Amino acid sequence: MAAETAVGIAAPRARLALLLLLAPALVWLVGLIVLPHLELAVLSLRARVAPRVYELSLGQYRTFIDEPLYWHTFVRTAGISILATVCTLLIAFPAAWYIAKLARGRARSVLFVLCLIPFWVSETVRTLGWMILLRESGVLPRVLVDLGITPAPIEMLYHDATILAGLVYTSLLFMVVPLVSALESLDDSLIEAAYDLGGTGWSILRQIVVPHAAPGIAAGSIVVFMLTLGNYLTPTLLGGKNSLWFTEQIYTQFITRFNWEQGAAFGFLLLVLSTAIVWLGLKLTGQHFGDVMRRS
Amino acid sequence: MQQDLEVERVTKRYGIQTAVDALSLSVAHGSFFSILGPSGCGKTTLLRIVAGFLVPDDGDVWIGGRSMRGVAPNRRPVNMVFQHLALFPMMTVGENVGYGLARRGAARAEIAGRVDAMLKRVGLPGAQDKRVDQLSGGQRQRVAIARSLVLEPALLLLDEPLGALDLKLREHMKIELKQLQADFGTTFVYITHDQSEALVLSDHVAVMNAGRFEQVGTPQELYYQPRTPFVAGFVGANNRVAGRAVRIDGDGVELATADGLAVRARMSGTIAAGDAVEAFVRPEVVHLAREAAELPSLAQRFSGRVESLLFDGANSAVLVREERTHAEIRIALPQTGRFADLEVREKVAFGFEPQRAVCFRAGSHGS
Ligand SMILES: Nc1ncnc2c1ncn2[C@@H]1O[C@H](COP(=O)(O)OP(=O)(O)OP(=O)(O)O)[C@@H](O)[C@H]1O
Ligand SMILES: [Mg+2]
Repeated sequence: MAAETAVGIAAPRARLALLLLLAPALVWLVGLIVLPHLELAVLSLRARVAPRVYELSLGQYRTFIDEPLYWHTFVRTAGISILATVCTLLIAFPAAWYIAKLARGRARSVLFVLCLIPFWVSETVRTLGWMILLRESGVLPRVLVDLGITPAPIEMLYHDATILAGLVYTSLLFMVVPLVSALESLDDSLIEAAYDLGGTGWSILRQIVVPHAAPGIAAGSIVVFMLTLGNYLTPTLLGGKNSLWFTEQIYTQFITRFNWEQGAAFGFLLLVLSTAIVWLGLKLTGQHFGDVMRRS
Repeated sequence: MQQDLEVERVTKRYGIQTAVDALSLSVAHGSFFSILGPSGCGKTTLLRIVAGFLVPDDGDVWIGGRSMRGVAPNRRPVNMVFQHLALFPMMTVGENVGYGLARRGAARAEIAGRVDAMLKRVGLPGAQDKRVDQLSGGQRQRVAIARSLVLEPALLLLDEPLGALDLKLREHMKIELKQLQADFGTTFVYITHDQSEALVLSDHVAVMNAGRFEQVGTPQELYYQPRTPFVAGFVGANNRVAGRAVRIDGDGVELATADGLAVRARMSGTIAAGDAVEAFVRPEVVHLAREAAELPSLAQRFSGRVESLLFDGANSAVLVREERTHAEIRIALPQTGRFADLEVREKVAFGFEPQRAVCFRAGSHGS
């Protein structure tokens, strides 16, 4: 009985302490994420009928549906982002496997740093580096000519493949880190046991390794997908005029055309798109968001 | 008798260290064979060579009369129970047990039937749909063994499978393991550093030390006729007395310690007068009495004082300090309760038959 009252008194105080502890995070969450998005939602749903007079309207969303360029860009952005995520996963997995399971001691930290090095230069400089390598008068086309593979320098920029390569390159680290931590926690003796019981490399990968690493794979994929979908610099610089990236449309609406309402609608659509695809991805692979975030 | 496993002069080196040193062994069909040795003596290395996870630098492994050179682990007729069991946490118990059958391409209905039968045999009927983390330590143990035995291997390798269990459960699983082996008739090769496990379970035990076998024999042979000082010291409790041989008399040796304690013992191997020797006397071989006159007549006699009482139920013992040289000796207490009121510092007499103590040349090893 006495203990119960003690707990009863302590509880509100503990709750207050918890609230104070969480306050910075809450301020950040509400101030920088929820409020702007509410504003964005309001903005996207109004139309200007006269100077300083606005009314509720779905006009912005109708424009998106009526104008093929917009939703074409939208679908294309989603498609390339998914493709980039898959490519990143396929490239990162063997690397993460090597770091987590085969490399020892120094080699392992060196490999990790190698993954990190690209992030020591700013994204702009990094992307410009790609441009120096790939443009018509750049390094790679010249090497191809010197080796006699192509008769004349070819333009390697402004292709979808170039955008894809740039996106994968930028995202690799964000896939490698959760994969390494997921694979590290896989007990080697599980693999040996499976092998001992007659498993083959492929079946062990499918039945033991991937299910174990699934939360890490999902976490890495979500991060990479979000980063790619919201990336502006890499697609615009590497893809040039015809990159057709959705963030570019948003930028154009806000900055070039001063059509904030349209830009807000696009921004909101992008949010819905990424949420929907992540949800679908988790559903299809049978993962739970909580698990994924805990394991990553 | 057919040999299920033959290992021929297998050697494995890690850098300059030799983990397994030109080791040979053979295990008869249907027997329970243990490899007993201290930590780091190369037991796991040897087992992994047999399972195929390690390639020996030298030598050959034969299983069921077939050379295993170049045969991958998943193609060998052996299965292994891992030290930490290595059950697949992403699968149910049924899927764990059925894993090997599925890999062999067995039909779904057949797998279900055999998994069901196997789980019944290991005392877990109907546990198919449980998750691995819903099982107790002992149940996991049984699933791990079932997962291997369902494949009907010629040979089951077990790497300290009871190591992770608490004492009580270990005692219980020990008995269960022996019954399972007798039931299935599968040849077991069992690794442990726990001598009581090895003695209780096995038909034959190999005592391993620093990559070599010191002695291979039945548990009784190892206990009563150890052939090297290491075996005498490692298998069962033993009192060790080191000194120099002063007199050889048939198969008897009289040795003197540096402190001047004279002890007679049975000679093992060859010893010449003047050699450095080690003698071993088991605690239960030593007679204890309050008066020297109560000791049996033939025994060599000493007197001393009780240093401490080690009560452990049926395994109770006393540590006695010899009066003149202060040598310490462990003596098992008889179960008659005659010494229940023994006190520390009390004066006692003790002695033993020279024939029941064994003496080796110091540092001698098995072949
Ligand atoms: N991969 C390795 N690289 C280098 N040395 C190793 C390696 N594996 C084992 N060793 C060494 O080989 C020796 C034998 O190791 P092993 O694992 O076979 O011992 P063990 O008898 O199983 O010991 P424990 O009872 O502690 O499991 C040890 O001294 C160990 O340090
Ligand atoms: Mg070991």
